Amino acid sequence: MENSPLFKSGHTACAGCGQAIAARMVVEAAGPNTIIANNTGCLEVFTTKFPETAWGVPWIHSLFENSAAVASGVEAALKYLGKKDNINVIAQGGDGSTADIGLQALSGMLERGHDILYVCYDNEAYMNTGVQRSGLTPFDTNTTTSPAGAQSSGNIRPKKPMPEIALAHGIPYVATASAGFPQDIQRKVKKAISIKGPKYIQIHVPCPLGWRHESNQMIPVAKLAVDCGLYPLFEYENGVLIAQKKITPKPVEEYLKSQGRFKHLLNNPEEIKKIQAIADNNIMKYNLKAQA
Amino acid sequence: MKEFLEGSHAIAEVIRSCKPGVISAYPITPQTHIVEDLAQMVSDGSLKSQFVNVESEHSAASVVLGGSATGVRVYTATSSQGLFYMQEVIFNIAGMRLPVVMTCANRAISAPINIWNDQQDSISLRDAGWFQIYAENNQEAVDFHLIGYRLAEDKRVMLPVMVCMDGFILTHGMEAVDMPEQEKVNKFLPDYDPLYKLDPVKPISMGLLADPDYYMETRFAIQETMKESIGYLADISQEFNSAFGRDYKDLLVEEYQLKDAEKVIVAMGSVCGTIKEAVDELRSKGKKVGLLRIITYRPFPYARVCEALKNVTKVAVLDKAVSLGAYAPIAVEVKAAFYGKKKGPKMVSSFVAGLGGRDITLETIHEIFRRLSTKEVNSDFVDLKPELLKEEYGE
Amino acid sequence: MFGPLTVLPSKSKGDKTGSWRIQSRPQYLHKNCIGCRMCLFICPEGCVHGKEKNTLWVDYNFCKGCGLCADICPKDDIAMVPEESKEEAK
Repeated sequence: MENSPLFKSGHTACAGCGQAIAARMVVEAAGPNTIIANNTGCLEVFTTKFPETAWGVPWIHSLFENSAAVASGVEAALKYLGKKDNINVIAQGGDGSTADIGLQALSGMLERGHDILYVCYDNEAYMNTGVQRSGLTPFDTNTTTSPAGAQSSGNIRPKKPMPEIALAHGIPYVATASAGFPQDIQRKVKKAISIKGPKYIQIHVPCPLGWRHESNQMIPVAKLAVDCGLYPLFEYENGVLIAQKKITPKPVEEYLKSQGRFKHLLNNPEEIKKIQAIADNNIMKYNLKAQA
Repeated sequence: MKEFLEGSHAIAEVIRSCKPGVISAYPITPQTHIVEDLAQMVSDGSLKSQFVNVESEHSAASVVLGGSATGVRVYTATSSQGLFYMQEVIFNIAGMRLPVVMTCANRAISAPINIWNDQQDSISLRDAGWFQIYAENNQEAVDFHLIGYRLAEDKRVMLPVMVCMDGFILTHGMEAVDMPEQEKVNKFLPDYDPLYKLDPVKPISMGLLADPDYYMETRFAIQETMKESIGYLADISQEFNSAFGRDYKDLLVEEYQLKDAEKVIVAMGSVCGTIKEAVDELRSKGKKVGLLRIITYRPFPYARVCEALKNVTKVAVLDKAVSLGAYAPIAVEVKAAFYGKKKGPKMVSSFVAGLGGRDITLETIHEIFRRLSTKEVNSDFVDLKPELLKEEYGE
Repeated sequence: MFGPLTVLPSKSKGDKTGSWRIQSRPQYLHKNCIGCRMCLFICPEGCVHGKEKNTLWVDYNFCKGCGLCADICPKDDIAMVPEESKEEAK
């Protein structure tokens, strides 16, 4: 029997790709009665180069920014056919196609109340085109379009608060997840598809190439992001924070040290302090600290 | 039965009779009345469709793309900037071979912003792989939607169809229209039976990346289908004629007073009504003039144009659009049609008129026939206001 | 008609990405394996197979040698061995 009939071997993701693991977790949790609409991006390119496809469920790619709208059309058609109750619809894309170019289509989908799960695979830059800065690139990250230099310590803005933006649409379920915790991804996807209406899950997915760490460090790096408070894992149901992954916070420096994209910060305590403040704020805001 | 209807309402009525499962649109003048009427029909329950109110034309086109890919008949309508905002989805729909049908209420393009009619919007998307069929009146606009679905969903075709109707002139014009009866529509246009669709029972992937080993053949295949469809259009229009009692020849071109004509205007859309009037007037005075109306602009009916104009001396092509810095769009095609041909007109002059809703009157048409008497001209603007052109910036 | 480019899932195994493996490959030692299947679970290629302890194996036709399975194994029962080495257990 095939190990993974819904997301097959033979795709052309880089070795140790966090998005590949996360995407497999999502489709396996959703099961075979699922239709996926995919934005342009790494995931689309590495899974569906004609005449190959890694997908064992019906899958469609149209453009960079419109998976949420295409999925809306799929969902509307299923409703018309009277099949919506038996089939899950997932729209998915990377951080750029979600938070930047596809934000309008996503907002429309969330606002219209479609019964669709939107999954954002957040590797924090435009990796498919060569590590350019996106709206979800973290503060002070060195990317090819926010390079560190004598006058700059990298990306000048913090991450766009996508989960909060999704939440502000009044949708029933918003969660963050991480490739470092694959079982947690599956649990959240299963929960999300059991809820009617629009759902949003944002998954932190390390990119060994773009973040510049060894391919076998993908999971430890992802875990560090969670454990230092820079990538809080939480769930909102009907606007209420119902769960968060408790941590014994590690200093952000440990996370920054693990990747080449933050290398320029290591002798810059001032900048590290600013990043620590972002983590501290998350820890307070989402009440992340585990009881001693 | 003939009914006195606004163009937009007539379109909404015929779309209802085609029973699309998913309708999605975003408001833009002068398309709005069509989708307002459809929304009301869904609200009243007389049309069992999913009506998806989107946040942009880009999403409207994407929603119908998704609906069509799921195996359901779909409909959208737009105009001008809305069509341009859809552009990449428009190409995408054709590339994915999805039988979407849409109405383009033809309108000028910004800047300067202008809500009135010309044909710059759809003509600018001529290379997208969509059929473009232009109506002269609302009867045709109604009929062309029915024919459009039949053509698009034909398993030999599987390409989208854009029915173009002049904004305001047709969309907001009142006209007696013979509305197709539902029973006859059901017979002429059976339920959509998709060749491929998103369905967990048979999970296909759609919209794959094609590298240089595969891409060119996808384009070639569309080009071939377009060429072959010229014949399918003729067949379908004959079938339509017998089902609904109309008299369309082949839906490619209409020949009006061409038999012994020496001077002929080539044009497209509602302006042809005015041209016919001018032709009748001149004919009554013994002038040998005529009209060749282009109905289907994509695929372009080169052979029919050559055949129709081979004995004509002088041709005036009237474009309601421009290709700034080049010859006008329809003129380019007509000139190309005759390149290297032994028989053909001595002169093909090109005129641009009616941009941004400037009225094309009977006098405009007479002026074009007059200018056709002198030397050949290209992209000659008619009805310009010279006093405006004299103004200096900042005066 | 060529063009819709619709593809059935069975076509997907054509890309033998195992040829990408240039540095090292996972060697399943089958000594201390407890059958937790974490290696199978987190493999980005989905190319680890097997159910019972000490029976898991990797399909080298697809393994890119990322090393995630060796890293996550709680019993250090997977070794990354240099690709040129012939000493793989098979």
